[in-house]
Amino acid sequence: MPEPLLEVKDLRVHFPTEDGLVKAVDGVSFSLQPGETLGVVGESGSGKSVTFLTVMGLITSSQAVIEGEVIFQGQDLLKLPKDEMRNIRGSKISMIFQDPMTSLHPFYKVGYQIAEAIRTHQDVGKKEAHDQSVEMLRRVGIPKPEERADQYPHEFSGGMRQRAMIAMALSLNPDMLIADEPTTALDVTVQAQILDLVDRLRAEFNASVVIITHDLGVVAEHCDDIQVMYAGKIVEFGDRRDIYYGSHHPYTWGLLRSISRLDSASKERLQPIKGLPPSLIYVPPGCAFHPRCPYVFDRCRTEIPRLLPTDGHHASACHLTLADKERIFQGEVVVRR
Amino acid sequence: MGRYLIRRALFLVLVLVIVSLLTFTIFFKLPAGDPARRVAGRVITPETLVAIRHNLGLDKPLWVQYGRFAKGLVPWPGLFLNKQVYFNYANNVPVSEEIYRRLPVTITLAIGASIAWLLIGLPIGIVSAIRRRSLFDRAGMLFALFGVSAPIFWLAYVMLYIFWFKFQQWFGWSLPGSGLPTGESLMQSVLRGRFLLPWFALALSFAAFYTRMVRGNLIETMSEDYIRTARAKGLAERRVVFRHGLRAALTPVVTMFGLDLATLLGGALITETVFNLPGIGQYTYNSVTSSNFPGIMGVTVLASFFIVVANLVVDIVYAFLDPRVRYT
Repeated sequence: MPEPLLEVKDLRVHFPTEDGLVKAVDGVSFSLQPGETLGVVGESGSGKSVTFLTVMGLITSSQAVIEGEVIFQGQDLLKLPKDEMRNIRGSKISMIFQDPMTSLHPFYKVGYQIAEAIRTHQDVGKKEAHDQSVEMLRRVGIPKPEERADQYPHEFSGGMRQRAMIAMALSLNPDMLIADEPTTALDVTVQAQILDLVDRLRAEFNASVVIITHDLGVVAEHCDDIQVMYAGKIVEFGDRRDIYYGSHHPYTWGLLRSISRLDSASKERLQPIKGLPPSLIYVPPGCAFHPRCPYVFDRCRTEIPRLLPTDGHHASACHLTLADKERIFQGEVVVRR
Repeated sequence: MGRYLIRRALFLVLVLVIVSLLTFTIFFKLPAGDPARRVAGRVITPETLVAIRHNLGLDKPLWVQYGRFAKGLVPWPGLFLNKQVYFNYANNVPVSEEIYRRLPVTITLAIGASIAWLLIGLPIGIVSAIRRRSLFDRAGMLFALFGVSAPIFWLAYVMLYIFWFKFQQWFGWSLPGSGLPTGESLMQSVLRGRFLLPWFALALSFAAFYTRMVRGNLIETMSEDYIRTARAKGLAERRVVFRHGLRAALTPVVTMFGLDLATLLGGALITETVFNLPGIGQYTYNSVTSSNFPGIMGVTVLASFFIVVANLVVDIVYAFLDPRVRYT
């Protein structure tokens, strides 16, 4: 097993607020291999964005209480001084965000913004940085990149803006790209284009990619491994087949049952997960999902389930037995092949 | 961009036309009584009244009267504040001469004060926004509260009292407080510090507004998504704040600055009166108290002109700063 690119160990990120301590991330551990694509799925408030903002160093100890380790290429990023973290941010680990319209500065030309990223980390002149940014725009599939580089963000369409953001993120050839809801603000057809672009670029740039999303459809095609998060913890981890064809957690089942499928009978109703996402200040005792779980029993209310592997790679945090999980999945969740 | 400029310029003309109509109506047609007597002011002789009626065209149709009045708003030599309409019969001198003589003093006051309030207000606002809730921030906002609440007539007198009167008592020396001696040139007056107290009094008032505005704008800007992107790129925090944050936060401040400066050019009435500076503000005050009606008309036209032009200039500058605006 090669050395993982990123290893997160028992990360906790707690925000002190007037209303109480918000436990946004509460004991998250996972690793990311080089060249892999990881999908992180969960509702709003599950802690998926906060986890990676902390990895990037965009959430710091001045805003939250952070515990645990984030080991990237052998270094614990949480212990790095700010300057060194800044060197890594943008050049070794890059992040793109949800709404490309507001994520680009409206007053500066797109080419300038990409060149700025390049010149921050590399000692190159303005002209060379500009040329490189034009080249990046070309690589992400923007036609007439020389003209486009001299335009402002509001002159780009939504899909093009997200491509420009990707160009900016990849301009320094990072080892890891984190995409936080990259397609949520885009039309469906554009979504597909952007995800295919990310796939292609991952191969070209030899980077690992993390796609954070609430959309199971997005992860199905583009991710090797999938991590399902709920209330600040990982509740299930596995590869594509594990999750879609044999998942082991009631929350994942709820998610699968609530998406519409082309091959389901048209009269079949979508089943939402009953209840509401929990407060992150007053997290339910035991398993955080237990108030909403159709299979809850006594142990769930008192004992926090640990994320335990069920077969090799595949792990879930649920007190149900493996036999029960498989039985329920086959009986009630079955995703037709 | 060209179309944007043409539209703004046409709008300027339209506003000037409306201003002229309104002022004409207010000055000539609304008040009861004889307009000729009003214009004559303190010195009313039969010959003066005849001359006035002739000059203003009071025997001619309304649109002729309006035309002569409106010509005074056109920024062209011979037309602007023309002496046919804008003439001070009490002193037997055209209003334009009285105003132009006083303009340099007001310009000096306005520019000096505006530089001072930017130098005071901007840094305090910026640091307060970056170090929110710190001691500095709270002190800064207290200062702003004071400056915003203290009326200029109170503030000016207090400053005069402390820095001119009391300093003299305590130290045997003080800042100059009152007026510009006729012998001195304007440059000499400035160098002798005669504008220091007036500048500071005005600056304090405005700085307070700007501090709050800059602080609010910067706080709002720093929570925008593009700031998060800038940090994600690995930019140094200083660059994020100044190049990304401030650049967006200061745009409305530039707009405000242009308009405030224009208003001040129309005459800082109270400041000039308190510190006895012979500028447009003092002229306005004197005109009102001595019923110099043509004088009042003249400063109204001048002030409106400055503000309308300032609006155009500010719109142009805004288009330079914010590329999204160029296409509207």
